[in-house]
Amino acid sequence: MLCQDCKKKESSVHLTQIVNNQKVALHLCQECAEKRGFQNPFAGGMFPLSEMLASVTSGIVEKKGGALATLKCPGCGMHFSDFSKTGRFGCGQCYTTFRAQLTQMLSKIHGSTEHKGAVPPATKVDLTAEVSKERQLENEMKKAIAAEDFEKAARLRDQLKGRPTHKKK
Amino acid sequence: MFEELAKKITPWLGGDGPQAAIVLSTRVRLARNLSGLIFPARACMEDKQRILDLVKTALGKCSLKSGHLVSSTEIEGLDRDFLVERHLISPDFMREKDGQGVFISSDESISIMVNEEDHLRIQALKSGFQLKECYQAVSFLERELSQYLKFEHDQQFGYLTSCPTNVGTGLRGSILIHLPGLVLTRRIDEFIGRVSKAGFAVRGFYGEGSEVAGNLFQISNQNTLGRSEENILGDLEGVALKTIEDEEVARNAIFKDAREEIEDKIWRSYGILRHARLLSSTEVMNLLSALRLGVGRQVLEDLSLPIINEVLFLCQPAHLQKYFNKQMNSQERDVSRAELVRSKLSSSKNNGRKRKGRSEEQN
Repeated sequence: MLCQDCKKKESSVHLTQIVNNQKVALHLCQECAEKRGFQNPFAGGMFPLSEMLASVTSGIVEKKGGALATLKCPGCGMHFSDFSKTGRFGCGQCYTTFRAQLTQMLSKIHGSTEHKGAVPPATKVDLTAEVSKERQLENEMKKAIAAEDFEKAARLRDQLKGRPTHKKK
Repeated sequence: MFEELAKKITPWLGGDGPQAAIVLSTRVRLARNLSGLIFPARACMEDKQRILDLVKTALGKCSLKSGHLVSSTEIEGLDRDFLVERHLISPDFMREKDGQGVFISSDESISIMVNEEDHLRIQALKSGFQLKECYQAVSFLERELSQYLKFEHDQQFGYLTSCPTNVGTGLRGSILIHLPGLVLTRRIDEFIGRVSKAGFAVRGFYGEGSEVAGNLFQISNQNTLGRSEENILGDLEGVALKTIEDEEVARNAIFKDAREEIEDKIWRSYGILRHARLLSSTEVMNLLSALRLGVGRQVLEDLSLPIINEVLFLCQPAHLQKYFNKQMNSQERDVSRAELVRSKLSSSKNNGRKRKGRSEEQN
């Protein structure tokens, strides 16, 4: 559907407004929506800014082109182009990897680039070692026992003795 | 599953709490991710299971004892819609079947979605206008959890989230507000414009892709970075209080200038609800909006806010099917919905005080 205002571009912003107690649907391209000053009040469900985000990020990709294309998050393997498509990062390290691009983007979204709120306290108990891997291996072991695969169960039992956790993509 | 929950109205729509005649409920949530682990959208099943295990163990150590962590694999189709309708999970939850979970406290005031968009979405829901109370509840639980779980945090950016629109505090506060006065006096556009200009989002009752049914709106903060939690909520509170004030002014004006018309509208709505044989979900919401206005102004003295909230709530598709304990298509639901509304409103009339025609006495 073409944009109702300029009638040239494909519409990408769809809004439902209430005008004089009547619902009015608007289909606009990004530019015309911005001209009308829409902050996208109705669309977008729980994350009202996700559509706007795409337009903010596309600018960054065009401008920085080549250099950014090779940048890849060591934590989750994400490229900036992946982020542009989904508007979602893959892990905490993405924020370090794309810090330069983010600073620009966050100031557009939040009008700020500096956190001023709560800071996490030091964790008292580290559960990571305590539970997760062990429990997972335990579950697998139980399954193996149920399937009468005792060889596998024995192998898992050995693994339960302090094997370091591994990150898997 | 959840048969017991389905029998009773959720406490956050109890019709009590401050400003209950205008504000239905308040919700505050915090988004958190576990340090060093891949965010849910890119995580493998093994990682997700590990996160679930960690959260479950940590929750077991918290003071919050009554409640259950339900795995997404245990939640069947209708139950998912049911939990969405109760605002305990988001519509995005369970787009994938596996690797997610939700903790729900027995009084439904706390829910924690695990592996939705972020590892944790901790939310508190309360009836009426209770921003501070909701924040205290989530903040207390988050502090407890952070004794056992290390949350991803960056010196510059604060708490890191999957979507940068949540980064910083990860805090979203929202209130569900009934604004028939502003809609009827045609000031709703002005309200939406003013509130969105101030950096807040306004949405319809059902959030994503929804129409604004029943004159119900959600106001929530958009910015999560660069301000403290207290400041963010303080601003939201300011916007909400101003809106409440405007709505009261609008209602006063309507009852002053067009008393017969508005009372007629309220009584007609009541008449339809008491006798209709087919009712769609949107129609019920719109008619109940008039009733709610009538109750707030003592026009309908037999009725109370809790009854109206209960009917509003039970009329949602998944709740209706739970209530009648059978799967129904849209047409069947309209029949059952009308039946439910008739029975709820007539029993309320019999139990309630005898109507006194107060408006006639006054005039």
